[in-house]
Amino acid sequence: MTAIVDARGVTKRFGKVEALAGLDLVIEPGQVVALLGPNGAGKTTLVRTLATLLRPDSGTVLVDGRDVVREAPRVRALIGLAGQHAAVEDAMTGRENLEMVATLYGLDRRQSRARAAQVIEQLSLHAVADRLARTYSGGQRRRLDLGASLAGAPRLLLLDEPTTGLDPRSRLELWDAIRDLAAGGTDVLLTTQYLDEADQLAARIVIVDHGRVVADGTPGELKARAGRDVIEVHTRDAADLEAAARALARVGADEPTVDAPTRRVSLPVDAGTERLTAAARSLEEERVTIDDISLRRPTLDEVFLALTGRVLDRDRDDPDDSVVASTDHDDSAVASTDHDGSAVTSLERTSA
Amino acid sequence: MTAITTPVTRGAARGASMLRATRSVARRTTRKFLRTPQLVVVGTIQGAMFLLIFRYVFGGAINGGGVPYVDFLVPGFVTTSVLFVGMSTAAGIAEDLEQGFVDRLRSLPIPRAAVLAGRALADSQMLVWNLAITVAIGFAVGFRLHGSVAAGIAAFALCALFGFAFTWLFILLGLVAGNAQAAQGMSLLVFPLTFVSSAYVQVRTMPGWMQAFAEHQPITPMVDAVRGLCLGGRAHEVLGHGPGYDVVSAIVWSAALVVVFGALAVMRFRRV
Repeated sequence: MTAIVDARGVTKRFGKVEALAGLDLVIEPGQVVALLGPNGAGKTTLVRTLATLLRPDSGTVLVDGRDVVREAPRVRALIGLAGQHAAVEDAMTGRENLEMVATLYGLDRRQSRARAAQVIEQLSLHAVADRLARTYSGGQRRRLDLGASLAGAPRLLLLDEPTTGLDPRSRLELWDAIRDLAAGGTDVLLTTQYLDEADQLAARIVIVDHGRVVADGTPGELKARAGRDVIEVHTRDAADLEAAARALARVGADEPTVDAPTRRVSLPVDAGTERLTAAARSLEEERVTIDDISLRRPTLDEVFLALTGRVLDRDRDDPDDSVVASTDHDDSAVASTDHDGSAVTSLERTSA
Repeated sequence: MTAITTPVTRGAARGASMLRATRSVARRTTRKFLRTPQLVVVGTIQGAMFLLIFRYVFGGAINGGGVPYVDFLVPGFVTTSVLFVGMSTAAGIAEDLEQGFVDRLRSLPIPRAAVLAGRALADSQMLVWNLAITVAIGFAVGFRLHGSVAAGIAAFALCALFGFAFTWLFILLGLVAGNAQAAQGMSLLVFPLTFVSSAYVQVRTMPGWMQAFAEHQPITPMVDAVRGLCLGGRAHEVLGHGPGYDVVSAIVWSAALVVVFGALAVMRFRRV
């Protein structure tokens, strides 16, 4: 099967800034892939290159086997782009916006109408479809923008930070819409700065930093590579912290970490679930009253830190560019079937 | 899920032809204009206000060179109005760039030139509308044709042509400026072009060095062509010659503007 995206050795420089520094990325059809990285990592440059808006300085970029430079018109028929701004016309209704884009994709008037109606249905925009877009909320505008990128029934949907600036509810709605599209067979490549977004939507996460891919895998794999599960105990009373640490020390091989201000003790463990039961038992023996005990997989923040040596922050003004490459951690760590990174097991208010 | 009414083959879009794409892009710009009443009203009021100021405030002090000043002024005013309308073209293009609308259009399977051609088409339509209003106000404040109605219509058509030609200059400015405010700023070049010309006063009343500029920039022959056609038999009194030479000169200038700035705009737009 032809890869939907096939990028090899792609470089792009803007003056002194090297936006892409020999990036390689191959994406097989049939999945949602998230490009994750801080501002300035090169995510948007890659998306714009795939959308034929930028020419790479060197390297090749193919979309479904078509070269984005030499066969740009063919590529444009294959993709749909929703950029960082909602590129909709405020003075037209949602329906008119969709019909216009459908027409530009080459559909005749009747087909454009049908297609617009279909997209309105698909993204649940009926309530606002015949209102001018200038009356839309931020979330509705983004959904309309997503709809416009669908008007040509693309093979590959390129979404550049689709939820940046949205309130939490609109974000969830847009996530649902993206999931539905993927389920309907559209390949999606999205960029995001939000770990939870990548985690929620994508089957595969590609972490980009300084214009290169620094890590690539399922959310579970990336977390496994970055470290072990963590048992975290939240004590009700600060006085119990010491006892809790003692209790946990008996459970694993490592020293527990105590964080006094948040009354939390944590311990990295190997065989997570077994250890959790042991920990609960041990705490009971020490007569520690706890608010919460949980076993969690490392967060993607921790993953990013482990893989790049830097904290994933929203802006790129960190002077600290000392990258500690540590991609080959313990590879024997569990390749989990569970892609949900949050608390796997949680026992509420266990007390002695 | 959703009942599919039309079978959809993913990635099978053919893309719109140059003609259809241009029309579609133009329609969007026209709708935006018509549905934003502020644009229509402010533009019209501004034009009317300036015409009234020239006609009644400065008019008494300016020599019309043998004809009533209103008959001298209105052709010049109508001709130069195309440049003031053009400022909104530059701002509009810059805004579309800024807000990602151009990115969307460029990612679609349409000829890229259609994006600019659509803008030029829509803005030329608005321009004709604007010209009609300005002419109507001109008649209302006392302007009269001295030549034939046909010559008057030809003058009007010339103004539309000049407007179309300058649209390409403003499209280029908008593309270079990158944001609406900068585009507005760059559009200020309209002022020396319009004021240092024969539009509002006779060029021979200016200092020598300024006359040199006024005589060799496109607005002067354009204004003189329109004025000559409107003045009919009295053109000789004011211009010293009939409109023929100026008409040809103005058309050549327009063609040159379209070729040069059209090419530069398309080149700039293609650059990625």
